[in-house]
Amino acid sequence: MNDFQSNEYVQFFDGGIAPTLENLGGKGASLVTMTEAGMPVPPGFVVATAAFDAFMDAAGITAEIHALLAGVDPEDVAAVDRVSLRIREDITSRPIPERIRELTRRAYDALQARFDAPAPVAVRSSATAEDLPDASFAGQQDTYLWLEGFESVGEHVRRCWASLYTSRAIIYRLRNNIPNEGLSMAVVVQKMVNARVSGVAMTLDPANGDRSKITIDSSYGVGEMVVSGQVTPDNLVLDKVTLAMVREHIGDKHAELVPDPQAHALVEREVDAGRRAVRSLTDAELEAVARMAKRAEKHYKCPQDIEWALDRDLPDGENLLLLQARPETVHSAKAPAAPATPASPGSLWGGFSGTLLKPSA
Amino acid sequence: MSMKSFPKPSELPVPAGAEGWEKIYPYYLVFQDELKEAEDAKFWFCDSQHWPTVYKPFETIGGEFAVKCLGQYNARHLMIPNANGIEFRVHLGYLYMSPIPVPEDQIAARVPLFEERVGHYFANWETLLQQWHTKVRGTIDEMETLRFAKLPEIVPIEDIRSGKAKDGSEVLLENYDRLIQLCYQNWQYHFEFLNLGYIAYLDFFNFCKEVFPNIPDQSIATMVQGVDMELFRPDDELKELAALAVELGLQPHFSHTDAPEATLAAIGAAAGGERWLARWDEAHEPWFNFTVGNGFYGHDKYWNEHHEIPLGYIADYIRRLDDGQDIMRPKEALIREKERIVEEYRDLLDGEAQAAFDAKRTLAATAYPYVENHNFYIEHWTMGVFWRKIRELSRMMHAEGFWAKPDDLLYLTRNEVRDALFDLVTAWGVGAAAPIGATYWPAEIERRRGIVDALKTARPAPALNTPPASITEPFTRMLWGITTEQVQQWLGAGEEVPGGGLRGMAASPGVVEGIARVVHDADQLSEVQQDEILVATVTAPSWGPIFGKIKATVTDIGGMMSHAAIVCREYGLPAVTGTGSASTTIRTGQRLRVDGTKGTVEILDAPAVQGPGAHSHHHGHDAEPANV
Repeated sequence: MNDFQSNEYVQFFDGGIAPTLENLGGKGASLVTMTEAGMPVPPGFVVATAAFDAFMDAAGITAEIHALLAGVDPEDVAAVDRVSLRIREDITSRPIPERIRELTRRAYDALQARFDAPAPVAVRSSATAEDLPDASFAGQQDTYLWLEGFESVGEHVRRCWASLYTSRAIIYRLRNNIPNEGLSMAVVVQKMVNARVSGVAMTLDPANGDRSKITIDSSYGVGEMVVSGQVTPDNLVLDKVTLAMVREHIGDKHAELVPDPQAHALVEREVDAGRRAVRSLTDAELEAVARMAKRAEKHYKCPQDIEWALDRDLPDGENLLLLQARPETVHSAKAPAAPATPASPGSLWGGFSGTLLKPSA
Repeated sequence: MSMKSFPKPSELPVPAGAEGWEKIYPYYLVFQDELKEAEDAKFWFCDSQHWPTVYKPFETIGGEFAVKCLGQYNARHLMIPNANGIEFRVHLGYLYMSPIPVPEDQIAARVPLFEERVGHYFANWETLLQQWHTKVRGTIDEMETLRFAKLPEIVPIEDIRSGKAKDGSEVLLENYDRLIQLCYQNWQYHFEFLNLGYIAYLDFFNFCKEVFPNIPDQSIATMVQGVDMELFRPDDELKELAALAVELGLQPHFSHTDAPEATLAAIGAAAGGERWLARWDEAHEPWFNFTVGNGFYGHDKYWNEHHEIPLGYIADYIRRLDDGQDIMRPKEALIREKERIVEEYRDLLDGEAQAAFDAKRTLAATAYPYVENHNFYIEHWTMGVFWRKIRELSRMMHAEGFWAKPDDLLYLTRNEVRDALFDLVTAWGVGAAAPIGATYWPAEIERRRGIVDALKTARPAPALNTPPASITEPFTRMLWGITTEQVQQWLGAGEEVPGGGLRGMAASPGVVEGIARVVHDADQLSEVQQDEILVATVTAPSWGPIFGKIKATVTDIGGMMSHAAIVCREYGLPAVTGTGSASTTIRTGQRLRVDGTKGTVEILDAPAVQGPGAHSHHHGHDAEPANV
């Protein structure tokens, strides 16, 4: 599906190269792993740490950066801010080496070739674990949404590189005695999700912790309204093994968030009565969501709480995207009560009278 | 919620022409005026799953033996703690049942007895089941030896010389009594393992419902059900015969299978025909002891007496093979899918729960297949021989002038037949011109025929009197699918199906749309076209060959373990069972959407007009369900 050959500098999520944290950073490695495990994330590629390293070599500013950082007092926030700004300006003003720029442009074109019309992308930094405080911090710092055109993408890749030297990152490393030598940064370029329908799925029944079910909340548009509880989504409970419907509640789904391409933002609009009254997922889509949730659980070996979306820009059968997967810890803790197993454990048939005397089968 | 009620027996109208119907059945089978208060206080449900059409008087034998013997195992053999047997009555020609609970204060005392008895069976399952096969086979073999021949003009001289001193009539009387006894005997054996199969299943079922709340019943059934069952064997034999016919190039000889003798002769004369006929003979015994019905009616046709039936199915399979279709059941795939399902549920458990799952499932998977396989030995084989012998007797008595049509014996109760036989041997013995029965029975049989035909014009009520608040008796739920929800559904209080339509049991998963073919009896099966949706009151195991060409099945009657459900899961077809009224609501030719995962049937081109005043002008076969 992709004629772009992943290489040392640029790797597609589905490019078939085994990911390493060192090469792709935490986020990038995770996106490749998920794609390979049948959990399709929005398509994209990673500009590997090797690209950053080559960029820094070409720019020849590494020694200067080390010198600037050497004298900084982590308690002097104003001084840190000054150094941070200077380093970042230095990085963003340097040209990207032509070879890397060309490979990134070809990757960008290959990505766009998958859609009928040019699709906006997100550019995110993907740090290797030791460099930055924690995952949530990494996520917070550099994510650029709704980017269009390669020029803009290239520009924001450099900004992500520069984010290695935000004030907070500098202070963190100083306080934790993490050396500045050998730092690197990967950057993820990923299609912006154009959600027609989205929601969450849990690989259990939150009502009782029953792990033989998959619970799906689904509504129109971008999933934010489901996650934040602003709409009543369709609530569907499937048997995890056979995917048979166990409970089905059609939610009101009165509004949806949809992308406004001009504003590069999401706008809320009302859902008409006809669409409210019907389930937001077809049988086939529902099954696809459930199967993806099952794969996520199998991959991570524990109950999962996933966010998913059906992307308008992708063809049926390839349009289900996994946006996030995290362990489900709240409900899985309250597993169903241990069953009343044989009264006389020594005999297999012990306790049959118990089974017949139950109030209802 | 106020409890709605079904009609009382006395409130059901007697169809015109059926007046006096009570007297054509044994006295103990009908509701009694003197017991009205007690009988009206009980809830009775109609078992139209096994007895979908009106009994002729002799035919109550199957209902009586089956339900009596089911009950004895609960109440006297196994001492099921909370369930005795099931009382039964014939009302307006249909069988109604009422389970007898065990009084609360007696339940505890039965528990140790029950555990000991059930324990013995589960611990010695294979040995006892092997013994069962020997016993059942012995009964059938003995039944086959019984003859109902015309009595000789004179006692043979050898009997004079040997001083036998009996005229041979005693053999006729003994053989009749023996035939009835042998039938009774195999019905006792029938239930030796059946209740146990259900107990093991129920035990696993309850366990699954506990550890996997709301697990679909379908999943549980799939985990214990056999894939390669004796129930499917007759159908598999036909498929193999079809494949062999194709291999030998015998297809041209299957164009007139309604003339079976000529067909078989033509095959025999063709090259390779001898080999095919040898295979046919091999399949014949025992697998063609197979009825198109369910073994409970004298009019059932058996393959081994009606060769046009298996030959017709074979011809159909040959056509499909020539069209390049795969007629074999996807056994391998079904086994793999079953294993996947077991494995995935199992993996959701750990420790003790997983060990309990393994133990209970293994036991259920050992014991449950009996529930599916016994059917061939009793309903098909035993009853096939039994009805054949009864016809032999009926025809002999017909020749003696007892009745107008060869099979009219069915209009007598089995004890009246005993009287008539004594009438026969008396008239013969004393040298009278004719038995009294030749004068008495023809008119009486005509009168009874009129009553039976009149009764057939009405469908049974699904149930009688006020249902209990909830139905908890385990066997009623398991065997007949009579649940609190089902009863509410019958009373019209169930959940509506969007856009109108029918709700039943989600018996086999999948969703399809297609054209309905309503079938009220086995003789209509030849009308079923490729890719239609079969709609029937109930289906029978011998309808197997039909399941290879239909898209889905909808029945009025039956639960998760009904024949239609089992076969559809086997063939991977959606099925909705126990809809109550599909065969009378749906018309052949209507477009349906069958959702076997949810248990709903939508009529996609349903006529807008319904209710009083709206009536169908359709007078086709399928509009008259009662006249089968």
